[in-house]
Amino acid sequence: MEKLPKWADVILIPLINLVLAFLVSGLVILAIGKDPIVAITTMFDGAFGSTTGLGYTLYYATNFMFTGLAVAVAFHARIFNIGGEGQALLGGLGVALVCLAIDWPHWLVALPAAAIGGAVFGAAWAFIPAYLQAKRGSHIVITTIMFNFIAAALIGYLLVEVLKVPGSMDPASSNFPAGAHLPTFNEIFAVFGLNIFKHAPANVSFFVALICAFLFWVLMWHTRLGFAMRAFGQGERGAEYAGISPLKITVIAMMISGGLAGMMAINNVMGESERLILNATEGAGFIGIAVALMGRSHPVGVILASILFGFLYQGGGELSLWEGIPRDLVIVIQGLVILFTGALDGMIRRPLENLFLVLRKPTQNGAV
Amino acid sequence: MTLMRTFLGAAATLAISTAAALADPAVIFDLGGKFDKSFNEAAFNGATRWAEETGGSFLEVEIQSEAQREQALRRFAERGANPIVVTGFGYAAALDTVSKEFPDTKFAIIDVNWLEGENIRQIAFAEHEGSYLVGMLAAMASKSGTVGFIGGMDIPLISKFACGYAQGAKAANPDATVIQNMTGTTPAAWNDPVKGGELTRAQISQGADVIFAAAGGTGLGVLQTAADEGVLSIGVDSNQNHLHSGSVLTSMLKRVDNAVYDVFSAAEELETGVTLSMGLSNAGVGFSLDEHNDALITAEMRTAVEAASAKIIAGEITVHDYMSDESCPVN
Amino acid sequence: MQSSVNKERQATAAPASPATPPPAIELKGISKAFGPVQANKDITISVAKGAIHGIVGENGAGKSTLMSILYGFYKADTGEVWIDGKLTAIPDSQAAIRAGIGMVHQHFKLVENFTVLENVVLGAEDGPRLTPSLSKARKSLTQLAKEYELDVDPDALIQDLSVGHQQRVEILKALYRKAEILILDEPTGVLTPAEADHLFRILRNLKNEGKTILVITHKLREIMDVTDSVSVMRRGEMKGTIPTSTTSPEDLAERMVGRKVLLKVDKTPANPADNVLEIQNLEVIDSAGVRRLKGIDLNIRAGEILGIAGVSGNGQSELMEVLGGYSNATGSVKLNGQELDLTGKHSDGQSRRHRGIAHVPEDRHREGLILEFSAWENTAFGYHNEPEYNGKILMDNAAIHQTCAEHMEQFDVRPPNPSLHARNFSGGNQQKIVLAREISRNPDLLLIGQPTRGVDVGAIEFIHQQIIALRDQGKAILLVSVELEEILSLSDRIAVMFDGQVMGERLPESTNEKELGLLMAGMDTSGNGGAI
Repeated sequence: MEKLPKWADVILIPLINLVLAFLVSGLVILAIGKDPIVAITTMFDGAFGSTTGLGYTLYYATNFMFTGLAVAVAFHARIFNIGGEGQALLGGLGVALVCLAIDWPHWLVALPAAAIGGAVFGAAWAFIPAYLQAKRGSHIVITTIMFNFIAAALIGYLLVEVLKVPGSMDPASSNFPAGAHLPTFNEIFAVFGLNIFKHAPANVSFFVALICAFLFWVLMWHTRLGFAMRAFGQGERGAEYAGISPLKITVIAMMISGGLAGMMAINNVMGESERLILNATEGAGFIGIAVALMGRSHPVGVILASILFGFLYQGGGELSLWEGIPRDLVIVIQGLVILFTGALDGMIRRPLENLFLVLRKPTQNGAV
Repeated sequence: MTLMRTFLGAAATLAISTAAALADPAVIFDLGGKFDKSFNEAAFNGATRWAEETGGSFLEVEIQSEAQREQALRRFAERGANPIVVTGFGYAAALDTVSKEFPDTKFAIIDVNWLEGENIRQIAFAEHEGSYLVGMLAAMASKSGTVGFIGGMDIPLISKFACGYAQGAKAANPDATVIQNMTGTTPAAWNDPVKGGELTRAQISQGADVIFAAAGGTGLGVLQTAADEGVLSIGVDSNQNHLHSGSVLTSMLKRVDNAVYDVFSAAEELETGVTLSMGLSNAGVGFSLDEHNDALITAEMRTAVEAASAKIIAGEITVHDYMSDESCPVN
Repeated sequence: MQSSVNKERQATAAPASPATPPPAIELKGISKAFGPVQANKDITISVAKGAIHGIVGENGAGKSTLMSILYGFYKADTGEVWIDGKLTAIPDSQAAIRAGIGMVHQHFKLVENFTVLENVVLGAEDGPRLTPSLSKARKSLTQLAKEYELDVDPDALIQDLSVGHQQRVEILKALYRKAEILILDEPTGVLTPAEADHLFRILRNLKNEGKTILVITHKLREIMDVTDSVSVMRRGEMKGTIPTSTTSPEDLAERMVGRKVLLKVDKTPANPADNVLEIQNLEVIDSAGVRRLKGIDLNIRAGEILGIAGVSGNGQSELMEVLGGYSNATGSVKLNGQELDLTGKHSDGQSRRHRGIAHVPEDRHREGLILEFSAWENTAFGYHNEPEYNGKILMDNAAIHQTCAEHMEQFDVRPPNPSLHARNFSGGNQQKIVLAREISRNPDLLLIGQPTRGVDVGAIEFIHQQIIALRDQGKAILLVSVELEEILSLSDRIAVMFDGQVMGERLPESTNEKELGLLMAGMDTSGNGGAI
């Protein structure tokens, strides 16, 4: 018998956690002498109050969907991929190289090519730690962290020494050709004569992310590979019994994970900055871990959690713009949400389980 | 929601007061944050000085992500902030876009000189000139003939510092050895005092006895370690002589604070469409001299440096700018 | 209302006369629910001081829950615990220890790389300095060893001790903490018959010293051998306490299950045909470089059950792993005359399945099933690449679901709900899901390990019948079990393993537990080679 009904597990617990996180955040805001209710209204207004704000929220959410799915794939195979950050950085390199390679005629051609470029680079970057883990037993948490540093250093080197526009002080690649410009929401809705999502960076990548989430679901619950990955995730002994090769599954799961992280670059690199810049990922790889945890590694959960974090990013930005609430405090709020939804999940779960047991007892007696 | 708004009416005075601050100037800091002990902080100090002197108020924000560059610029411009200062070349692309959308708003950007726009004032600093002078001082103060340079993140701007420094050192002592290290290749390199300390120790073990830190927060570790190990150090951007009095030889000044102060003071009358080159000639860069390093700079050193400064201003000495061709004649 | 029931029960269960001392343990009206599952329903039981008392019941009958309440792991919803006539609150295991209760768990809780002495002292140190505690413990250990035949080398590392000795350390730990009441949970599960006999001697010695002992077990023979009285539990309820001398295994089994149970397996003589499996000189060296199998030679014919007897950890698991395809080996294994790959790509579980080997592994929870998967997904586990479960790209989940439902009907799995997680089935039903999956592929050879471990008596009967039915269809069956009774009643031929070797083969009709027990302990009984 499940201890909690499914809806409580999937919706009620995250919701209570969120409320708690915001309550504590409110206390912190109060402590620095600001009004928490004004703050929360500003956040909501900034993130959902206008289509521009929403466009920003969805832009960030798109990043987190890719990295969240990436982490979730690995989670299913019980591999802790902390390297989403580095894989997304390398994905950015892949996307940039593809976009700069030729003068693309149309984004419809450029997008699939760039997506493949990003995925291949991200997957390749994930392959090495995966292989080392499966073959040599090097702990993947350690190696993927290390590979984040190596990726940052590599991108930094390439941008400063190789890809930088001569004469520019900015360590960034040159701008992508016009044919590689992805339609933003503003441009998409302009087709219908609507001028909404003005200036917002949200672009077609959002839909690619949704498609990826759907394919994730198909892969995990409707294919042999997904079956094998989930089985492997439940224990290596069982996998061996079933003839599932730990080496193969570790490597494949990590490469899919890295590929998804790498595909994030079609949003931030190709869709937003339209050139490769330093620090393009801005921690989205790490947020992906929180997103996957909070989304229970399920695509629907990942999408919802991504939008929540998109809201935190965009709403948090508005907070520091208008309320004079320092950026660091916004990070504290984000941290509290991660803390309550991820690490302190058990704190609320136990009392809730007991509550449900108490509520359920009368019906039990009635039935017997 | 409306009910809530009404309910909040009284509490929202804070929000109203910021919204009412139309035509206030604004400053947008880079990802490093306004307390980076470096040039974002210098910009903040300049803005604060202006506010204290005039009693005015200004808008400010520290961005968290790349996508916020354009957003912050646009949101401030929409609210009527004028002029708006952005710090750092990271804003170049965003400013290029947004300045065109708000032709009536005036913008200023630090460390950029390659944009075009009638409503943009670009402010670039001749860091190589200031670095040249402190390079001379370093070589003259050095007993071992070996001087060190520790940069923050490995980007062309920092190479510009390094190249000027090396040229100055060689000018003062053609046999001088200049050891150069960069702290890292990620933005974390701006704030890693521990690594700064390690690099300092490494350079000391190679014989360096004067070390120039152009590394933001990382430089604090350099200055500290140099003081602990009994060698001299050189600060950067703002006057850091007081941090370790008697151990900091001098500081290479980059007067971002003045630049921001000037922009804020000019207010809506700001002259734009120009590119200001802040060098020795207009006191945009220089070296610091105060009671903390009085004993360290001899009259002889001072004369030599002042002479060189005059020659640079007069065009008799040309300090090579690394950025012009991405190479350095000496190293 | 509750209390009146209690009084009634008490009166029938343990009529206390004023002359006798109060019972060592008295549980009154204990109830405990986990959600909708009522693990203990109004349990009342009384154990006299200085008695060995058995508690029997099927898996999930609530024995372990009851003992956990007594030892402070769980808190009862209602009810009282009386120790030596005093109402005692036991909120945690520390309180249980203070009340003089010691517990020997089924899975020992020892620190492997500590010495015996260190393990005994661990958690019961007198102060921050270890030396005085250790020397005090050494003294009392020598004392205890003399009194109760509990001799163990105090300076040996746990990892170097046999399981029998490790168990003694657990008992010593409890006694060192001044336990007057000792609870043993399935104490003989990992012991050879000789070791079990030794344990029983220890228990009798303890009893003679006035200690009270509670033994939880499902082995009815042990209950008959060692206990003074026995309580039977079924589905969370106490079905009565009886003096052991007035009952029999058959009677106990009937009380446990609630109906008549055939303890003896009903089977016709085997009719073996050609060799299906031929194993020659099979060697396994594990990753630590230890030789786990030392030249095994075995064969199994069609229509024959070969039982492998042995104390666990003597190479049976490794043998199953090699044949099941997840361990590398050297030597020769032929199936129907064709060599099997023992290393490389074609030595994995999938290749074995394609060659006609089905495998019901020893560890159902970690290998045979994925507990977090639903039953229907487990139906495809190991066969998920088979064409009938797959379309061109996607898996045919509907087909798997359908197959699972059919298996459930054929094997009487309850509840017959393919969508339920494997975790939520009882041990017997879990085993039926695994067995159905493996048997339904019509294999030539079935590997089956511990087929009835953790399985309730009712399901044991069914599973045994299925194994025999498969044999009668002419399949070869390799049975590994630590239950000698099971080996003796199911096998057509018995091989005994000790220390990675086959100590000898016997026929069930011409051997007995004693002879097998000696072989299992590494002693040759025939006198013609093979001994260590």
